[in-house]
Amino acid sequence: MTTAIDVSGLVKTFGRTRALDGLDLSVAQGEVHGFLGPNGAGKSTTIRVLLGLIRADAGRTTLLGGDPWRDSVALHRRLAYVPGDVTLWRGLTGGEVIDLLGRLRGNGADRERRAALLERFELDPTKKGQTYSKGNRQKVALVAAFCSDAELLILDEPTSGLDPLMEEVFRACVAEERDRGRTVLLSSHILSEVEALCDRVSIIRAGRTVETGTLAELRHLTRTSVTAELAAPPTGLDALPGLHDVELHGTTLRCQVDTDHLDALLRALTAAGVRSLTSRPPTLEELFLRHYEPEGPAAAAEVRSS
Amino acid sequence: MNITGTGPLLRFALRRDRIMLACWIYALLASVLGTAVSFRSLYPTTSSREQLATSINDNGSLRALYGAVYDTGSIGALTAWRILGLGGLLLGLLCVLLVTRHTRAEEESGRLELLGAGAIGRGAPLAAGIGTALTASAVVGVITAVFLAGSGEQVNGSLAFGAALFGCGVCFAGVAAVAVQLAETGRAANGIGGAVLGLAFLLRAAGDAAGGNGPEWLLWLSPLGWAERVRPYDDNAWWLVALLLAAGAAQTALGYWLAGRRDLGGGLLPQRPGPAAAASSLRGSLGLAWRLQRGSLLGWTVGFAIGGALLGGISKGVDQLVSSSAGVQQIVQRMGGSSQVTNAYLATAMNLLAMVAAVYAVQTALRLRGEETSGRAEPVLASGVRRLTWAGSHLVYPLLGSAVLLLAGGLTAGLGAGVVFGDVPSWTGRLLVAGLVQLPAVWVFAAVTVALFGLVPQWTGAAWGVLGVLLFIAYLGPALNAGQWLLDLTPFTHIPKLPGSAFHAAPLLWLTLLSALLAGTGLAGLRRRDIG
Repeated sequence: MTTAIDVSGLVKTFGRTRALDGLDLSVAQGEVHGFLGPNGAGKSTTIRVLLGLIRADAGRTTLLGGDPWRDSVALHRRLAYVPGDVTLWRGLTGGEVIDLLGRLRGNGADRERRAALLERFELDPTKKGQTYSKGNRQKVALVAAFCSDAELLILDEPTSGLDPLMEEVFRACVAEERDRGRTVLLSSHILSEVEALCDRVSIIRAGRTVETGTLAELRHLTRTSVTAELAAPPTGLDALPGLHDVELHGTTLRCQVDTDHLDALLRALTAAGVRSLTSRPPTLEELFLRHYEPEGPAAAAEVRSS
Repeated sequence: MNITGTGPLLRFALRRDRIMLACWIYALLASVLGTAVSFRSLYPTTSSREQLATSINDNGSLRALYGAVYDTGSIGALTAWRILGLGGLLLGLLCVLLVTRHTRAEEESGRLELLGAGAIGRGAPLAAGIGTALTASAVVGVITAVFLAGSGEQVNGSLAFGAALFGCGVCFAGVAAVAVQLAETGRAANGIGGAVLGLAFLLRAAGDAAGGNGPEWLLWLSPLGWAERVRPYDDNAWWLVALLLAAGAAQTALGYWLAGRRDLGGGLLPQRPGPAAAASSLRGSLGLAWRLQRGSLLGWTVGFAIGGALLGGISKGVDQLVSSSAGVQQIVQRMGGSSQVTNAYLATAMNLLAMVAAVYAVQTALRLRGEETSGRAEPVLASGVRRLTWAGSHLVYPLLGSAVLLLAGGLTAGLGAGVVFGDVPSWTGRLLVAGLVQLPAVWVFAAVTVALFGLVPQWTGAAWGVLGVLLFIAYLGPALNAGQWLLDLTPFTHIPKLPGSAFHAAPLLWLTLLSALLAGTGLAGLRRRDIG
């Protein structure tokens, strides 16, 4: 599989703020890649580096096999971008903006596809830019992106402002894009959206990538909570690696275990005799919350090394 | 309608606008006080004032521009005559802008919704907007009255003069109070207010131009006509001041009545839907820039055509006017560079047009920064448009659009002068050239803007400051007997004074080269810097 986006060690400072601090990101061709992180983590800055709008201070960036700063014009013809905060020109209608953006890219919009998308997103293309609501401005940019035949879609929090019905339409569209073999970089805050759409995700915080992988792999890296009624008090728990928040009341054990150490724990429990056992896999929320909470970078580093 | 919370909103508005208000009020007062002071030295005797009155009142175009001189007995009356027409217009414009800025523009941006959810009455923002406008008008009116009375003019007349100015502000604040209910956007509301102002000025001008022999009654349809007919120091027609205030109050009441009949964010004039698909001309970054700039270019061109026709049309009366005061003669010759008064006057007029064109050049060049900070440049620059192509598409307007303006102004000035002097082709040709030679000076301002934009983008707005200082020197320097080294700082000084003087290509080439260097540096910076 070839990579559509390959970024390593990206650094960007604005004055004293270090917006990107050694960020890595790798997106394979044809995948939908979730790009997650709390506000101010550097998602939009990364995207702006990828678009060649700003220049990184250090690090290596390859986009569709080219350098986004040097080859920006050639690369831009092959990608479509939806900004997080869409502003439109007063006096230009939504329909005009959609056509204009397509023509700027050089290949115009497919009329049939454009009409179908307008219908699906229930967007009135005859309204002027300043009269659209936030959600409708977002739709204008989305329709423009989806009716292009760009091979890479870069979407920066594209569903902020869309209602749940429109979010469904958006998801269907992204799924179709994937089926058409296109690559999507989706920056998002909405967990269900990421879970439904993304093949792989990267989580960033404070300008660094703290986790990257498929959702299954990420779950693997987190803790499972276990509650067990045992026949006798368990022994040797202290020696087990990866065990957290242990509460032992007589023969009842509650604990968290790193998912890759689950096996050892179960063996110790079986040795003591299991009366009942509940284990709950980590929810995606827990996964995210762990990274969104403002802990020190130590916690992030711990996860990365494990 | 409930106006709870007007006080805090008004204080907030005044605080937000403190710099803009200070600049406007300073400029308005400087023109009032400056006029009074300069008249004192230019027309010290009653006979010189009578000579001025004759030359103005005999000339229809001059009457249209300034109104008729009604009293030559005092400097105060002469100042009031000179100021009330144009000063009232400018104060009216300030009030329209202020009311719109604090009502419709806030509503459009969504910020009003944030405030409206607080303990703020529905009527408070409009009350605060009008309060801001009234505060500004009152400051201008009071200082005018105090200054003139303090400098020995009749007290009653000075009060009437200040009150007439204040009345203009109140009346046009009222116009804006209605306009912001009708339009859905701040820009459209300003458009309505501006159109009413323009109409008021035209009606006043037409009435005064017609004088006793024609439809003079037209000026009674215009608030600016009422203000003019207050005739401070002579009639002191306080009832016209009352009429202005009553008109303002009535329109404000109408504004409130309309506001009760619409939703937040909605307007009473329907938004017309536009085309569902882009015309084939909306293509590429050049097509986009044309679409964004064409309306303003058209408006400015019409303005230049009218201004040129006015300036050209009055050129015949200028001989008399100028010869009525040795002081004026000297100033026109310093600015116009020719001993022949008509030529010197026309060269000055073309110079004035060029200064206004420089404002257009800076404004259109700043569009680049506006597109960048609003985030609208980003999708364009992420769609395969080169940065230089993008910048170039917009720079067509400061560079070539300003040429269109100068040609339009030169053309109509030439036609106007040709009609009053005879020999239209010759005057037209001469003034077209006189307009076009100003272009390199205008370019310098566009180029300074581009240089700032490319190298220190967060300081792009400083282009207005550069423009302001250099225009101030160019406009007032000659009248204030400024040293040549100071005058040499502004590009306008170096432009050949056409018609009348000899043509020199060298300064034009130097200015063009300077512009190219500045713009080139700016564009090189733009290629290398971060966007946004």
